Amino acid sequence: MNEDKRHIVSLLVENEFGSLSRIAGLFSARGYNIHCLSVAPTSDDSISRMTLVTYCTDAKSSQLMKQLDKLVDVINVKDLTDETHIEREMLLLKVKSTLKQRDELKRLTDIFRARIIDVTDTTYTIELTGPTEKILAFIDSLGKIKIVEQVRSGALGISRGSESLEIKK
Amino acid sequence: MKLSGSEIIIESLKKEGVDYIFGYPGGAVLHIYDALFAAKDIKHVLVRHEQGATHAADGYARACNKPGVVLVTSGPGITNCVTGIATAHMDSIPMIVISGQVSRQYVGSDAFQEADATGITRPICKHNFLINDRESIADTFRKAFIIATTGRPGPVIIDIPKDLTDPNVKIDFEYKKNIKIRSYKIKTNEDENKIEEAAKILCSAKKPMIYSGGGVILSKASKELIKLTKLLNYPITNTLMGLGAYPSSDDQFLGMLGMHGTYEANMAMHDCDVLLAVGARFDDRVTGDTKQFCPKAKIIHIDIDPSSISKIIEVDHSLIGDTKKILRKLTSFSSKYKKNINRTAIEKWWKKIKSWQRKNCLSYKKSKEVIKPQSVIETLHTLSKGKSFVTSDVGQHQMWVAQYYKFDKPNRWINSGGLGTMGFGLPAAIGAQLAYPKEQVICVTGEASILMCIQELSTCLQYGLPIKIINLNNRYMGMVRQWQEFFYEGRYAMSYMDAIPNFAKLAESFGHIGMVIDKPENLENDLKTALNHKNRLVFVDVITDQTENVYPMIVSGKGHHEMHLAPSANEDIELA
Repeated sequence: MNEDKRHIVSLLVENEFGSLSRIAGLFSARGYNIHCLSVAPTSDDSISRMTLVTYCTDAKSSQLMKQLDKLVDVINVKDLTDETHIEREMLLLKVKSTLKQRDELKRLTDIFRARIIDVTDTTYTIELTGPTEKILAFIDSLGKIKIVEQVRSGALGISRGSESLEIKK
Repeated sequence: MKLSGSEIIIESLKKEGVDYIFGYPGGAVLHIYDALFAAKDIKHVLVRHEQGATHAADGYARACNKPGVVLVTSGPGITNCVTGIATAHMDSIPMIVISGQVSRQYVGSDAFQEADATGITRPICKHNFLINDRESIADTFRKAFIIATTGRPGPVIIDIPKDLTDPNVKIDFEYKKNIKIRSYKIKTNEDENKIEEAAKILCSAKKPMIYSGGGVILSKASKELIKLTKLLNYPITNTLMGLGAYPSSDDQFLGMLGMHGTYEANMAMHDCDVLLAVGARFDDRVTGDTKQFCPKAKIIHIDIDPSSISKIIEVDHSLIGDTKKILRKLTSFSSKYKKNINRTAIEKWWKKIKSWQRKNCLSYKKSKEVIKPQSVIETLHTLSKGKSFVTSDVGQHQMWVAQYYKFDKPNRWINSGGLGTMGFGLPAAIGAQLAYPKEQVICVTGEASILMCIQELSTCLQYGLPIKIINLNNRYMGMVRQWQEFFYEGRYAMSYMDAIPNFAKLAESFGHIGMVIDKPENLENDLKTALNHKNRLVFVDVITDQTENVYPMIVSGKGHHEMHLAPSANEDIELA
């Protein structure tokens, strides 16, 4: 397979300073792109969980997995792409909302099961959670409504079923 | 036992069996130097530039397979180490670099001599640490040594703020030998079934080839490699980094492969049907055009680093783990399947190889007027009986040593293969000479390379190191000139070394012996005189042929079968 494809990768890393830049640095040093990246602590304070999305060929992604695994701070790494997994992303969107557009906006947020979380006389701020496609579809559906500010969390991923990304002994 | 941070550092180094530190003092490490002053078991070697410290530690590590240790100050101290750390990293050399940092309260304030040491070195080392509290100093040192020396070795940097080394603050010291690093996993053993399968493939070959690299030397697996190669009676080639792991004087050895490899080694690579790659990483200087690399071969790859497998060349069968252990098992499985080997086919294959060897690709035109650089290396080899430790810088002279100094033992050939660092040779020779004070250490260099770390002549005097420097002086950056001749229609942009010093006098001013050899008839006798100075450093400036080129040569991006041979090997330069 020589075509670039979307890969979603889950990582457990030591929660030490420098860990994030080691991972980001590996991408730039070896010519990979980071499409999006999210990092947060886990229930164990000493470990962070990362999810990142990159576009590359299957051959490059298998090399990428090995390079990530080689980093001393990486505890475990897994490419979720080809197994059943769940992805979620959060969108916070501030849009212009004139009187005429308010009904339409309300309808769209209901259809997408989004929520309006802040209102001013000229704007609505909307929160939406879902897979990346749903986020994109929602943004697309706004048509001519003007987006003032768009904040996305990037994808989070977890595998389906009872398996989990473990701390390898 | 209560110790200060500085004392903990020294004690930790003692526990790791460190006998030499290569370094240069400065503000941020003065507490550590004060503690070192009292330590008797560890000798400190004062270099003249921090880059020299890293190369010396590197040369020490390459010569004796122990980690080299460097101690430098913050800011310029550590930035001067960058080239040396990257050099060690590219060739997987175990090294510990301890750098001072400004006190914690000043970190991030652009303080005097502050530099982000861990940020700067991150992409060029195996791992690095910035120590944040006194309590973790000992554990960090243990972790650093584990990481630097196990798996695929490499340099590890420990950056330590000055306040943590304060002699007046003392804490309990305990050195825990068995520390677990949960995120650091090394696979050392491979599944026996996979090794057995590899033995079957090996023994089914009709045109086998063994290609081994620096990994064999790093895992001290030279004996195992020889045993397997002898058992199978297969041809073998070494990479630049792997030279010496298999004795060059043995009949089964085809010489080095790659860009300046021998005709027979490269042709055998191109034609083989089974390739066993051992501790080698398919570097572009070895493979040439990857699309034309070993086009007919089933490839078996042994390596400790999983990320080396199928990185550049897709391999058919991988064995991940310690090369030494795997080679042992592979040898015992191979003796089981040896009966399957098609001896007629192997004989035919050897006949083919012998026909390639008749090209005599390393022959060169002898001269009575000018000294041929190749003849200098051949004479050195004869005079030193091939037993010396030889370091080099980078360029033509490096290739000539690789081709003409037939190394028979591992760890004797010390050069910067991956990064190609000019200036490496002299400081590396310091490290090698300290590791083996009784052995002869020769630094083969060129008039361009040697000037990059010439200040270390002063270090050599201070420690009485009787290194022999052989300067192949052709008044050109030879390899640059060679490429300009071949690919830039002879436009020698900036490759001529104008204003060259009088090297013999320069060496004398540093307190050493300087010599000049400019006539072919004097070469052997004068070199003999130089090598016979047992207790003095001798700088031999050899005035060589300005126009000599390194052959054979595979132009970058070409296949192994597309070599340029020396004009003397055939009537014309021939595309084989």
